[in-house]
Amino acid sequence: MIELLKEPWPWYVSGPLIGISIPILLILGNKMLGISSSLRHTCAAVLPGNVAFLKYNWKSEMWSMFFALGIFIGGFIGGNLLNNGEPVKISAETVEDIKALGINSFEGLVPSDIFSWDAVFTLQGLIILVFGGFMIGFGSRYAGGCTSGHAIMGLSSLQWPSLVAVIFFFVGGLIMTHLIAPVLYSIL
Amino acid sequence: MKYIKYMLVGTMFGLVLTKTEAVSWFRIQEMFRFQSFHMYGIIGSAIVVGVISIQIIKRFKIKALGGETISIPDKKFNKGAIFGGTIFGMGWALAGACPGPLYALLGAGYTSIIVVILSALAGTWVYSYLRPKLPH
Repeated sequence: MIELLKEPWPWYVSGPLIGISIPILLILGNKMLGISSSLRHTCAAVLPGNVAFLKYNWKSEMWSMFFALGIFIGGFIGGNLLNNGEPVKISAETVEDIKALGINSFEGLVPSDIFSWDAVFTLQGLIILVFGGFMIGFGSRYAGGCTSGHAIMGLSSLQWPSLVAVIFFFVGGLIMTHLIAPVLYSIL
Repeated sequence: MKYIKYMLVGTMFGLVLTKTEAVSWFRIQEMFRFQSFHMYGIIGSAIVVGVISIQIIKRFKIKALGGETISIPDKKFNKGAIFGGTIFGMGWALAGACPGPLYALLGAGYTSIIVVILSALAGTWVYSYLRPKLPH
């Protein structure tokens, strides 16, 4: 059983498990699935400054930080205790496209060419990690949610503004993957 | 602690994201190149289960454990879905992760992700500061 759990979980197992977290959160306490809000609550708790958007009772949203802490623990279990150490089995075309960017490490969940402390101190690593992270935080709050809040929760509750947001998540993702990233990787 | 239950749901969520490799930069590359069904299968089947569960909760007027009525407020559209959505998508594709996977990857031991998380916090703060001046 443990050996089976250590294998990568197929989409038809993981997708429904992700979906079922929606009714679980609703029934546990009328909570709406959404992870990027935890970033806002952290800002509100740590450095609200004189910013109106960060002045609210973040303590009433503490569940969201505990949910995020849980994701961290889940990542620890999945990435260590239930890790079979195999590389991610992506398609052969993707491997070729990634090599074309100049990335050659295919071990683990993320390439060590970018995600390692050595890489953080290179211009390429720093720009990818810092700009990537900044756009994730800025964009998700501006859009009012991220993949969980809009794509999973928003679409599951049939909200058309979430559909618009998800379409533009993909517009941005496609622009980055096919137009901007190739240039970034070639000049850095 | 009344919050432990949310931590447990988060633990399941993070474990699933990690074991299905949705936290993997490689999988996000594959998704945005349309070279595998994997990520679309995850998101699609999650939504199918989500839609059905919410319909059941609404039809049978199921209440939360504490007795309160379950209500899902309508999201109001504003231009942030377009501008913010595009910016978020670019960050998602560049860093190869969205907020959930960031926490999971840190737990999995990829400590340099802390740089991405701190930058995401900075992005959230700067958006909050600039919010009154941005088109919505």
